[in-house]
Amino acid sequence: MSRINDYAPIVGASTIEELSLLAERLRGKAIQNINSTAVGGGVAEILSRMLPLLHDLGVEVSWDVIKGNEKFFNLTKRIHNALHGVAETFGPGELEDLIEVNRRNAPEILRGADITFVHDPQPIALVNEKAARGGKWIWRCHIDFTNPQQDVWEFLRTFIESYDAAVFSAPSFSRPLTIRQVLISPSIDPLSDKNKDLPEEIIDSVCARFHLNRKRPIVTQISRFDYLKDPVGVIRAYKLVKEHVDCQLVLAGGGATDDPEGMQVLAEVRQEAAGDPDIFVLFLPPGSDIEINALQRASNVILQKSLKEGFGLTVAEAMWKAKPVIASAVGGIPLQIAHKYSGILSHSIEGTAFFIKQLLNAPEYAAGLGTNGREHIKNNFLITRHIREYLLLFLSLYDDQDIIRL
Amino acid sequence: MAKNLHFMTRLNLVELLGRQARNVPELAAGLREVPGSSVYYHTHRFLQQHHYLSPEPPNDFAFWVTNALGHDALGERLASVDIVRFRSLGSLRSAFLDILNQALAGRRGPVCDCQPGEEFHFMSCRTFILPTPYEAWSLAEFREIVRKISIDSIYFHVFEARLHLERGDNDFSDWLEELGETKLAREISRLDPYNCTLEGLRRLIVQKVSEHVPD
Repeated sequence: MSRINDYAPIVGASTIEELSLLAERLRGKAIQNINSTAVGGGVAEILSRMLPLLHDLGVEVSWDVIKGNEKFFNLTKRIHNALHGVAETFGPGELEDLIEVNRRNAPEILRGADITFVHDPQPIALVNEKAARGGKWIWRCHIDFTNPQQDVWEFLRTFIESYDAAVFSAPSFSRPLTIRQVLISPSIDPLSDKNKDLPEEIIDSVCARFHLNRKRPIVTQISRFDYLKDPVGVIRAYKLVKEHVDCQLVLAGGGATDDPEGMQVLAEVRQEAAGDPDIFVLFLPPGSDIEINALQRASNVILQKSLKEGFGLTVAEAMWKAKPVIASAVGGIPLQIAHKYSGILSHSIEGTAFFIKQLLNAPEYAAGLGTNGREHIKNNFLITRHIREYLLLFLSLYDDQDIIRL
Repeated sequence: MAKNLHFMTRLNLVELLGRQARNVPELAAGLREVPGSSVYYHTHRFLQQHHYLSPEPPNDFAFWVTNALGHDALGERLASVDIVRFRSLGSLRSAFLDILNQALAGRRGPVCDCQPGEEFHFMSCRTFILPTPYEAWSLAEFREIVRKISIDSIYFHVFEARLHLERGDNDFSDWLEELGETKLAREISRLDPYNCTLEGLRRLIVQKVSEHVPD
């Protein structure tokens, strides 16, 4: 497990000193994170990396997961889709099931923390306990809120406005609210198995295990199997490219315990890929971080052709490895990619295919995008910046001035 | 006896104001009403996030008008606002509003909206000021600290002190004046920090000091 000082060679010792100073100001405050899954997906991944570093800084922080049955997670998945703009119909009283599951979880999960930090809609209604239990409450939205279904938004808004602050990942997710809204982008951990430097032999062995030929171009999308990641669209873009440029396509990812739809999407992807030996559909088990890292490092071009994104951390991961990335201009992706400077923003299957061909045919241009992309991620999207902003957010709950002297 | 310079640093927390603009009238209306910290944020964000690049679009208003609305001429006028000349956020806000109001007064034809998804989102920031362990009592110590201090600290003493805290000049020049180094103070005061990267600014300050005190 990494220690906070291990990051000094990457971000500089002064950055670590600043984090220590902020952490000191939070002595005596207990912070509890609550979400709905311990493994799979970006939220669990960030929390599992961040908490040990916060402990290392002396911050009293904990993480708990609410319990729910299959019916609850099907409901929250549909809420998730509706917030992403996918039409969903909810029967009378159906949304109230979320409140009931939250109410049942409350006695066991809430411990009267100084700051209760709730992630995403699944546990949002725990805030009904705020008056009884006290403390400051923050709601952290990790999903794309650009075009939410109105009835679901109105349902959630009543809870959101009971919090002291809401946190969004991109400016476009912001909505008129009566509470403070803070912009905090998620981050990647440069020392995690998914992002650390790898010896060539490991990259070779992972490619050999999946029967990939490193002498031929590799185009990759890493993401869980989800309609909103448009894996079928990726295959269609690849097929357009393949008419003119030789390459292999890798679609690799896993599932999350709160996403019951994944298997259905995987089946459709396999059907679309059937008959082409150069398409590699890899359903990876949890803990495949070294494999994902190796696949990204073996790739010539990396895609993230999402229809919606909370943020799109896989884009930052690929850019950190200095890879040219083609990604949809959705969610937090435009924050990560300056078009034609640190990567490519695309808007269609045909556009994606056009840019794949361009990057495969112009490797020097592709390498330049990769170099700039890595610098941008280093300056703005590493875990140390994320920790700093969370510490500032916690401190800001106790001071409402624009300029705060610590 | 001259006093020491205690280096501070600053960290920002970005806040979303939940207000957006789709066209020039909405941009002007928003700019009139948002807090001063929002004017500061939108005129300094690019500098902070892309401090390794140069030259870069100097303010969000110009960047958005040019890229989302396609108003190149108006974008150029907004980009040319010489931020280094302003000593208060109120006067800086007025300068942008004057340009937008002139454009609106001379407008012919209907108002053009940006594409959905390309709206201007008003933001602001909370600034946290905190001390560093570094203090300078002499020019030589000052140079050594400027060489190693975080880029955020240099940013604080040059940009935040002058415009956000409205102290009139950058902290380095004020301290150098007190030290009796008037010529060096003026040289650093004359630098246009908006036209170089932050690392470039660090190098320039070290270079100026070295012209007065050999390494």
